[in-house]
Amino acid sequence: MNLTLKVWRQNGNKEKGRMETYQVSDISPDSSFLEMMDILNEQLIEEGKEPVAFDHDCREGICGMCSMYINGEAHGPGDRITTCQLHMREFNDGDTIHIEPWRAKAFPVIKDLVVDRGAFDRIMAAGGFVSVNTSGNTQDANAIPIDKNDADKAFDAATCIGCGACVATCKNASAMLFVSAKVSQFALLPQGQVEARERAVNMVNKMDEEGFGNCTNTGACEVECPKGISLENIARMNREYLKGSIS
Amino acid sequence: MSTLDSKIPEGPIKDKWTNHKNNIKLVNPANKRLIDVIVVGTGLAGGSAAASLAELGYNVKAFCYQDSPRRAHSIAAQGGINAAKNYQGDGDSTYRLFYDTVKGGDYRSREANVYRLAEVSANIIDQCVAQGVPFARDYGGLLDNRSFGGVQVSRTFYAKGQTGQQLLLGCYSAMSRQIGKGKIQMYNRHEMMDIVIVDGKARGIIARNLVTGEIERHSAHAVVVASGGYGNVFFLSTNAMGSNVSAGWKIHKKGAYFANPCFTQIHPTCIPQHGDQQSKLTLMSESLRNDGRIWVPAKKEDAEAVRAGKLKPTDIAEEDRDYYLERRYPSFGNLVPRDVASRAAKERCDAGFGVGTNETGEAVYLDFSSAIMRYGKEDANVHGHPDASEEEIRERGEKVVESKYGNLFQMYEKITADNPYKTPMKIYPAVHYTMGGVWVDYNLMTTIDGCYCIGEANFSDHGANRLGASALMQGLADGYFVLPYTIGDYLAEDIRTGEIPTDTPEFDEAEKSVKERIEFFLNNKGKHSVDYYHKRFGKVMWNKVGMARNEQGLKEAIKEIREIREEFWKEVTVPGSADGINQELEKAGRVADFLELGELFARDALERNESCGGHFREEYQTEEGEAVRDDKNYTFVTAWEYKGEPSEAVLHKEDLKYENIELKTRSYK
Repeated sequence: MNLTLKVWRQNGNKEKGRMETYQVSDISPDSSFLEMMDILNEQLIEEGKEPVAFDHDCREGICGMCSMYINGEAHGPGDRITTCQLHMREFNDGDTIHIEPWRAKAFPVIKDLVVDRGAFDRIMAAGGFVSVNTSGNTQDANAIPIDKNDADKAFDAATCIGCGACVATCKNASAMLFVSAKVSQFALLPQGQVEARERAVNMVNKMDEEGFGNCTNTGACEVECPKGISLENIARMNREYLKGSIS
Repeated sequence: MSTLDSKIPEGPIKDKWTNHKNNIKLVNPANKRLIDVIVVGTGLAGGSAAASLAELGYNVKAFCYQDSPRRAHSIAAQGGINAAKNYQGDGDSTYRLFYDTVKGGDYRSREANVYRLAEVSANIIDQCVAQGVPFARDYGGLLDNRSFGGVQVSRTFYAKGQTGQQLLLGCYSAMSRQIGKGKIQMYNRHEMMDIVIVDGKARGIIARNLVTGEIERHSAHAVVVASGGYGNVFFLSTNAMGSNVSAGWKIHKKGAYFANPCFTQIHPTCIPQHGDQQSKLTLMSESLRNDGRIWVPAKKEDAEAVRAGKLKPTDIAEEDRDYYLERRYPSFGNLVPRDVASRAAKERCDAGFGVGTNETGEAVYLDFSSAIMRYGKEDANVHGHPDASEEEIRERGEKVVESKYGNLFQMYEKITADNPYKTPMKIYPAVHYTMGGVWVDYNLMTTIDGCYCIGEANFSDHGANRLGASALMQGLADGYFVLPYTIGDYLAEDIRTGEIPTDTPEFDEAEKSVKERIEFFLNNKGKHSVDYYHKRFGKVMWNKVGMARNEQGLKEAIKEIREIREEFWKEVTVPGSADGINQELEKAGRVADFLELGELFARDALERNESCGGHFREEYQTEEGEAVRDDKNYTFVTAWEYKGEPSEAVLHKEDLKYENIELKTRSYK
């Protein structure tokens, strides 16, 4: 396959960015999108130019590091995949592909396609945990049976990979889906219920402080989420937040 | 050559750890506040250690190269975590987990460490549940289990195909709590460039801020390296792109011995390589072998027709299929350990029965059709449809299989564009895990005072082959339940030391050499990129130091690796500058270290004149192709001391004593 790439280049948050055009050829349709980016970078190095900086690590859709906005879609075309799980067979020979970083006030660009998602870590530090210390004598794991439905729902919420596609795709750059996934996971489990109200309030307040936008229920986050995290979680978080605010 | 002291406590094996804990020194809570600990790496081992040490009251500085500790590669572990809980009442016990692990490791691991691992395994599950890790449960609300290779009980706890993710997010939550309190200072996007040793003790590290490019000095009273395995020495592996040996290699160069580098796990069930543009390989969890059956065509002409695209696997009749694992190993069948399953796949492909589309035909089938029908029948019965049609049974069966392995099937389909519910998966072995690593004693301390090494980065628990679902167990055991005790014994001496200054000659010197190396790479202006060398080198490793090794190949490999290394230093090109993000510069440093490790790796394989676990020397096999160990001459750990070039490394031995388990030929027949 031969392709034209329009890639966002930007040297740091202070400088202005721009789209640059590159050509790549002989790309195998079985290659992943990031393998195609590797080939572009090899080409740039050979030409004595600086390669495109982009985040990636596990390349199997679980670490949440990769984060490209491809042809106007977070993680590109296809449902329930991360950028690293996107394969070139989804494109046609001769296509022009636009590649941009996540765009959100709370995710400043560091370089090219690399953004700073530290705000997510700070929200987690505000309450994304159960306050239990390591010890060899917590109660037996089977001491509290948990309804399978609740356990499964908690698991579904917990599969969030923290990639930020929900924020990138939201017109308000809201982080509600990310925050609600963590709030829900713990709210659904007996171990997390003790602190559930306080947790919701603390995490939501931190989210607002970090400059994420409000939720207006467009649901774009759920559509673009590579792990299919459900909007139900946002409803559950709102309930937890309300309970926390009035008690 | 000297003999190493592993500091194993006296007494019967079941009392060693308890007695040791009762006798080691403690640091009182007020004094813990005066002590700093550096943890490099935030996977299951590093993350759990950082969180636990901070909870105890130490000041922790944690480092990871990713943009968040939550992204360490432990996150990609799929299948599960072992624990001797015996919830299934199937005869499991601490002793059995211990025995299975020692046998699975082909009798090349340290008894006392493995026993301790089995002993604390149950605590891990309790701890994780308390943290809110959503393990799979049955309808009664209790925890569910599955089976893994090399074992005849169900002791593996799991969270669908994302067990590693859930456990790591548990660690990350625990870390986040301490980060919020200020007890952990988190350094994301930082890479350890060297260790700093003052008066023979590990007292800090030099790190590069990967965003600003700044070279930073960090001091502490102890340094814990938890930087994972070195599988990327092969270029293609199931490791993350950034996984590297550098932290382990830097401490090796400053005095930490490197143990059993040739013990590498080749995982039998990975998606086969698609071509030369491939950047990494993807694992399909071992848990699939609970229900999937592995086969190749029994007739060579069928295999040829499949490779040529003229025959579909679903058109091959049952009697024309060779379920070679069930044939060769009737008592363990598809659940033989990884090393055995990998070699058996290679044997069939080498003999011409492979079904891959690449020129070597490297792939075998992993088939779920009989599991789909079995589960479908059961489900139809449960729902009162004993006369269900075949189509209905298949539909029901597919749903059951989806609930068990849905995300793995989806992952497979995304990569290959084949639907594994309808046609068997194609799989082939790939580099996955490294049992070898930095040598540590019973306290997990390396041969540098105050420098600890935990998780996959050390060598201690898996011998020559790791059993499935034991990596997560070891990482968390080391970080939650072992290191927090043993490190106190050492730090008790440091309560009056005070903060370690960084304006000393030792820090000056370490920083200077780090900066010089960076300058060198940026000014070299050679002909080829870092990946060009890494790929060439990886091929040598795979072909000559991979699944099967022999004397001649290893000697050739050593020579070729040396040549590639020399060429790399002469001709590598690294664009850009040292200030700011420079991913090529990061890779250059890592590949430079891999190129040194690779030679030591091949030397270690050449030194070990026997076949054991993942180390298969073609000269030492039975007529049926089974590994032949040499217990008389090789019941020891090789621990290499750095002396400059890898060819000058000095070999030390730790003799392995088996007092509780009898050495036997490992058989899964």
